[in-house]
Amino acid sequence: MTTELAKNIRKNILNMVYRAKASHAGSSLSIADILAVLYENILNVDAKNPDFKERDRFILSKGHAATALYAVLAEKEFFPKEWLDKYCENDQLLSGHISHYVPGVDFSTGSLGHGLPIACGVALAKRTARSPARVFALLSDGECDEGSNWEAMLFAGHHGLDNLVLIIDYNKIQSFGRVEDVLDLEPFADKLRAFKWNVQELDGHNHEALQNCFANLPAKSGMPTAIIAHTVKGQGVSFMENKLLWHYKSPTEEQFQEALEELEAQP
Amino acid sequence: MRTMFIKELTKLAIEDPRIWLLTADLGYSVLEQFEEAVPDRYMNVGVAEQNLAGMAAGIAHCGNIPFIYSIANFPTMRCLEQIRNDMCYHGYPVRIVSVGGGFSYGSQGYTHHGVEDFAVMRSLLGMTVIAPCDPVETKALIEQSMHVDTPVYFRLGKAGEPLVHPEDAQIQLGRAAVVRNGTDLTFIAIGAIVKHAQDVAEYMAVHDGINIRVLSMHTLKPLDKEAVLKAAKETQGIVTIEEHSITGGLGSAVAEVLAEDCEDKVSFQRYGLADQKYSLIGDQKFLRECLLGDLRQKSLKIMKNPIVFTEVKINE
Ligand SMILES: Cc1ncc(C[n+]2csc(CCOP(=O)(O)OP(=O)(O)O)c2C)c(N)n1
Repeated sequence: MTTELAKNIRKNILNMVYRAKASHAGSSLSIADILAVLYENILNVDAKNPDFKERDRFILSKGHAATALYAVLAEKEFFPKEWLDKYCENDQLLSGHISHYVPGVDFSTGSLGHGLPIACGVALAKRTARSPARVFALLSDGECDEGSNWEAMLFAGHHGLDNLVLIIDYNKIQSFGRVEDVLDLEPFADKLRAFKWNVQELDGHNHEALQNCFANLPAKSGMPTAIIAHTVKGQGVSFMENKLLWHYKSPTEEQFQEALEELEAQP
Repeated sequence: MRTMFIKELTKLAIEDPRIWLLTADLGYSVLEQFEEAVPDRYMNVGVAEQNLAGMAAGIAHCGNIPFIYSIANFPTMRCLEQIRNDMCYHGYPVRIVSVGGGFSYGSQGYTHHGVEDFAVMRSLLGMTVIAPCDPVETKALIEQSMHVDTPVYFRLGKAGEPLVHPEDAQIQLGRAAVVRNGTDLTFIAIGAIVKHAQDVAEYMAVHDGINIRVLSMHTLKPLDKEAVLKAAKETQGIVTIEEHSITGGLGSAVAEVLAEDCEDKVSFQRYGLADQKYSLIGDQKFLRECLLGDLRQKSLKIMKNPIVFTEVKINE
């Protein structure tokens, strides 16, 4: 089930960036599997009643990967799939960066480094209200350059926000080079541990690993959970994988067809 | 503008060892030529604008002129206090460059609309605020700004803007550039939207028989008061035109001059973004039409029944 969903997310991503001549194909492909598992099996959300009070909150802090979230929300029937065809078009709801005007989306992002502080606020308020709702924030690796995240990490660790889950899409590439060359995050897990987080590391494209991890949250009671998901930017389309170019480029018609065929051929 | 900016800056940096260029992980396929020319004075600090701005103050303290580069609101609002305290208060000659001002990234959504930067930057003590309308102004103003020894903000468009001025136009920092002569009305515009003001003025000359003066107010601060007062004296009305909130930008700056220093009776309107939450996305042209309104209609109205100090409303 989740593999099928992930495949559809990827197809939709390609369709959207191709039609809109948009950027960030690689950024979106990299989180397709994480979103598929979360939305299929983990998140307590309801397309028919997207604003019910005790829902889990999912915050896409790397708002430039909007096509991936729009795709999964459409697949899950939060809004009609036809909307996807109008991504980035004049007078449409689906903006280039994720928008809270879209059903199923709680927070607009696009300026990096906003998601985790917001998530801390939600987690604190929900804990205070003794609510069962959890909050998931998905961040990119380059985004972790922003100081705001480290302020939030300190806070969440200090206050033991165990209803908060941080997922890091560790695809090792940012906008202008490789993470290790621009601003190295390593030893990343150790840094988070030092900030009093429970840290899990996994392959962000392995659905079983994702499922096992997400099904056992919080990983340790009294501590926020950080999941470092090792991923590949552009995963699923071989000519896009691990290439900075596909942070920016939109596929030509030929490339689009080639990519779809490759996805189709995958199990 | 972006292309001209980096070409000109690279040229200047080869000659002037004080010039640095720092980016917060943006500028792919733009900044490389600078890095190749002067690798020691180029740095990608990562997606970290606060550190970028603070570092620039430190580098300036050591006798340099650092340019910091990013897009939309990231190099201004994200690091506003670093700009205010570390650059302005200390009076360091840092240059802040934002590419993609206004609705350049219109389809990307509100997070990427740079529509409050003039107000914010203009309010900072000692900050010079510049928004060229085309590559000709960009080149001239970057060059002339080297003589300013305090902070300077540049709002640039993206790439591929048409020329407004002839290549040999005399552009002077702090002086409005005359794009078109006229005696009925004056358009005072800033940034990439000057081209639109010019086009509307040409159209109205032919279709409405109204002769409009068009000024490019590329230097928002310090503002060319003389040009404003001259327009008030010599034409019947002034319309300020900006891809920016109605609050605090060019319209406000011109209104301040008219309210305090102007002895002539003149009609005045601000053409800009109303102070109203919006979710609209779309290309630059579309957003201008929907969110700023119809400039020609606005101008015709002012000619028919002069109104003093009224706001331009959304979709009026
Ligand atoms: C505050 C801020 N600064 C800069 C940008 C421009 N920007 C968009 S994506 C990006 C980095 C992309 O790399 P990464 O964060 O690792 O995300 P990925 O695309 O690899 O998932 C940058 C710098 C931004 N959106 N927000």
